[in-house]
Amino acid sequence: MITDVIDHLAGITPGSSLDRLRDRRPDAREHAQRGYDALFTPDDEGEVTLVERDAVAAFVTGLHQDLTVARFYADRLAELSPGLLKAVETEIEAGRATGPYGVYEGALAAESLEGPRYRASDPAALGVRLAAAFEHAHLLVFRPREARADALRDLRAAGWSETGVVTLSQLVAFLSFQVRVVTGLRLLNQEGVTA
Amino acid sequence: MTGFTTERLGWRPWLEPLTEDELTDAHHEALVDRARAASPYFRLLARDPDVLHARTKTDQDIFYNPDGGLPRAERELAATATSRHNGCVFCASVHARFAGHYSKRPGDVRRLLDEGVDARQDARWRAIIDAAVALASTPSTLGPEHLAALRAAGLDDLAISDLVHAGAFFGWANRLMLSLGEPTQEEK
Repeated sequence: MITDVIDHLAGITPGSSLDRLRDRRPDAREHAQRGYDALFTPDDEGEVTLVERDAVAAFVTGLHQDLTVARFYADRLAELSPGLLKAVETEIEAGRATGPYGVYEGALAAESLEGPRYRASDPAALGVRLAAAFEHAHLLVFRPREARADALRDLRAAGWSETGVVTLSQLVAFLSFQVRVVTGLRLLNQEGVTA
Repeated sequence: MTGFTTERLGWRPWLEPLTEDELTDAHHEALVDRARAASPYFRLLARDPDVLHARTKTDQDIFYNPDGGLPRAERELAATATSRHNGCVFCASVHARFAGHYSKRPGDVRRLLDEGVDARQDARWRAIIDAAVALASTPSTLGPEHLAALRAAGLDDLAISDLVHAGAFFGWANRLMLSLGEPTQEEK
């Protein structure tokens, strides 16, 4: 059983130097895990189903192209809803990009960087709620500077409640954090800690 | 929209936050710091209190833990560089003020905001900003060359880990701030 997902994904073993290093920030370590628990094994799934959580996670981590992290979330989805995995893989292929990018208005217009604005390639396979969630997740992952109130209205129109939007946004944002911590710690781990 | 600034900005949510009257003890626990109940941003996130609680405790340890590692000024610098790269004007304004204050180098922070992440900096800040920007990219481009530059600039492993966490945390925070509401001009 995995008790700390970041350790698992970064290859950090008990008693190792990286393990001791993470213990220097005990609250960050504990609550990064609690964030994962709250999002993926909530006491009450509330406004976002467990399948939706795992499907969005598989999509978001697939877009980040970290194979270990992406595989972890794809495996979760495969366990909970094997029928969705193929559709999610199709969307990851369709959504591949390099970010962050996006158009600025006003004073920063000169820094605008154009890039793809993903739409679900097979919305029927995802269903209305998930197709809208994937489009929003892609916006958050790659061009958060282009986020507007309209995007939340689209989610609401697709059946997402206000609280559901908060949970969905947290899920995408949390994974953006988790995958980067894993990337950084794995790099340190591979190099061997020097201090 | 305003450009990057160290001015104090407000923030207006695009969804209805809970009202202060609606906050239960569980919500207050999730807010961690009672004063945060005044903030529409935190009252909006309080709609999912368990995740908010984890977010806040993670945030505080990454930025406030005084036990060695990266000095506070440079944790804030990493937060500012990440926010500048992602385009979060509100987050950048807050953390640029902190970075400038703790480093006593507001002019260098100002240049990061005005000219961007490639603006001229000394070797240590260059290494920190470059690593934060590489980590903020999707997919991340952080590599051994960044770690080598950080070590050459005097960062030990705990300091590098702090930088990773500070940058990664703003991968989280920027996306919430940018997508759930917008900055507003506030009192001068």
